[in-house]
Amino acid sequence: MSAQFDSTASVESGQKTKDQTNGHGANRPASSVQQAPRYRAPLDTAIIDTDIHIYFPTPDALRSYLDEKWQDYHRTFGQRGFDGSHYPRAMPNAARHDAWPDDGTPPGSNLPLMQRQLLDEWSIEVGVLNPLVGAGEQRNLAFGAAFARATNEWQLAEWLDPEPRLRASIIVPWEDGELSAAEIDRWGSHPGFVHALLIARTKEPLGRRKYWPMYEAACRHDLPIAIHFGGAAGVPITGSGYPNHYIEDHGGMPQTFQAQVISLIFEGVLQQFPTLKFVLIEGGFAWIPPMLWRMDSAWRKLGSEVPHVTEPPSQLFRRHFWVSTQPMEEPFRPEQFRQLLGQLDLDDRLLFATDYPHWDFDAPDRAFPVPLDKERRRKFMAENARLLYKL
Amino acid sequence: MPDPTRIDCDIHNEVPNLETLYPYLPDHWLDYCRESAFNGPDAADYPESVPTAAREGSSAKPDLAEVRSCALRDVEIGILNCAYRVQSVRNEDLAASLATAVNQWQVEHWLEKEPRLRASIVAPSHNPALAAREIERWGDHPGFVQVILPVRAEAPYGNRRYDPIYAAAVKRDLAIGIHYGGAPGHPPTPTGWPSYFIEDYTGMAQVFQSQVISLVCEGAFERFPTLRVALIEGGFTWLPSLMWRIDKEWKGLRHNTPYVRRPPSEYMRAHLRLTIQPLDAPPNPLHLAQILDQCGAEDLLLYASDYPHCHDVQEFLLDLLTADQREKICSANARAFYRL
Repeated sequence: MSAQFDSTASVESGQKTKDQTNGHGANRPASSVQQAPRYRAPLDTAIIDTDIHIYFPTPDALRSYLDEKWQDYHRTFGQRGFDGSHYPRAMPNAARHDAWPDDGTPPGSNLPLMQRQLLDEWSIEVGVLNPLVGAGEQRNLAFGAAFARATNEWQLAEWLDPEPRLRASIIVPWEDGELSAAEIDRWGSHPGFVHALLIARTKEPLGRRKYWPMYEAACRHDLPIAIHFGGAAGVPITGSGYPNHYIEDHGGMPQTFQAQVISLIFEGVLQQFPTLKFVLIEGGFAWIPPMLWRMDSAWRKLGSEVPHVTEPPSQLFRRHFWVSTQPMEEPFRPEQFRQLLGQLDLDDRLLFATDYPHWDFDAPDRAFPVPLDKERRRKFMAENARLLYKL
Repeated sequence: MPDPTRIDCDIHNEVPNLETLYPYLPDHWLDYCRESAFNGPDAADYPESVPTAAREGSSAKPDLAEVRSCALRDVEIGILNCAYRVQSVRNEDLAASLATAVNQWQVEHWLEKEPRLRASIVAPSHNPALAAREIERWGDHPGFVQVILPVRAEAPYGNRRYDPIYAAAVKRDLAIGIHYGGAPGHPPTPTGWPSYFIEDYTGMAQVFQSQVISLVCEGAFERFPTLRVALIEGGFTWLPSLMWRIDKEWKGLRHNTPYVRRPPSEYMRAHLRLTIQPLDAPPNPLHLAQILDQCGAEDLLLYASDYPHCHDVQEFLLDLLTADQREKICSANARAFYRL
């Protein structure tokens, strides 16, 4: 596991910095964040990994699932999304260095390698696939719908059929509520699909009514809606314009998740769809308590604008939302992490995730910075996901 | 416990209307304003009649008499934050002249009439060169203690385009105050335009978070080691979570920004101060005490009433503090930060 992200190692070894500073010169960091050897948790529970990424090995692999018309389209015009907000990733494909298959295809595109590095290595009981291949971000919505359907067929044929430990996401062209509803209806009764997958940076806040047909379909099939880190929506990635660096793009994603939760709650989605469940994936979770405090406070004073919100936002959040663990914020002192869990009050809602094969992978024994009691470990590592996804 | 001296770091003195500024505008812009339908900046970031805009018995745009009798009662010094959004006026020359007029009005109608008040320089920060000129115009006036910038701008404030503003502020030993609001034209969230004011209002805390990330990660505090930034009316309970997240990001990605030499939370502690209203407090006081401890809040928070806005009862926070901590938050932090 030598190449995976290890915060302790990366702080204390400044040796790689010099080559990558573009002439700014390497400055070793202050010693104040050097830590004791990282805590390792016992691996004595079942493990369900709720965030695994897979990719098409080649453009032809995608095309083989498209009909002839869209094959031609894809060859001629490619994938056209909302460009202009690209931050070069820290690593090629944002991947672990050791996750590249020998044949040069992208990390996450090779089932045997993923089985070896992830499912077997860590005895993962069930893994949920979240393919971030771009179907939902196509400006050509008809192509996006075909792309989504192709991705769903590919997941079944090449991942779920040969590997029974895996589950899939229904990929949808989310900027069109009706097309997305149709895709959810197509797969909703298939036991291999456990949620419909959206991305955090959608074109509009997800509470807006254009997205509601998709939520209605999810309710029909009792499927959660998952919202995953990332996306490019054609608007600046902060409420104050475009920052310069990948660290701001990556580190700023919790602000997008907060915007989506605020929208889903205040625009009345949860009142309209009282059985709907949301899963927030790869957004961290330390921002949740202060956001809920602010929302409750605002609702008490400004709630007359949103009379459809008939109970405190924090109550709605705790009833409708689940949250994956990676990448989790790491408090300065161990007791602060326990304080955070107390403020969160979401012991039944945290879902362990590795984010394989990305660079900020969380290993099951090193994800949590402090020891947790066995009951919490059982819930976080597998049982919360088992209940949510009916595994 | 006797009430400590208070320095109130957020009192609003809003410009009543465009006509108020007519005596201070050059002839060209005076004619232009009279002949056109221009009514002043059109930022809709805080509608005047929403329930939070004014507390009982106060007005959304209090005059000096009201500020004296209500906001300055039991207050040693009050810092005025005029939220006139010249940045939302696209014509940058008009915006610059409006800013000068607002500042002249602040001197004549507020600072010269009430010695307990200090004020914030309004500047056309969407054109940093013009903004720097405005800061230089007023920087030697002892009544001005900071430059006020709306939290929502065209680019995050760590961007080097704003360096002329920081250079001018640092030269005059002025603080930068980043304040709720702004109307730069793009959406207030990273995912488009929400439907309701309550979303804009709640979401403003995320814009503050983005600004903290930008100021630290784009190296503003390395380029300007004496730069001091107050975050005004954006809440503070989110600060520990942001420190933890960005420190972790920096461990993995600091080769991306090699000029960020220290853990991000160290820059936050050294350069940022946050006003206490709105509290956005948890219902459980134990949780608020944890938040205060986690970020070392006794050295970071500045007492503020946010007059005339209507917020939570600040005693919920102040009652958790020791006498020493109360003294710091109620006055000593502001006295040091604003050189009072």
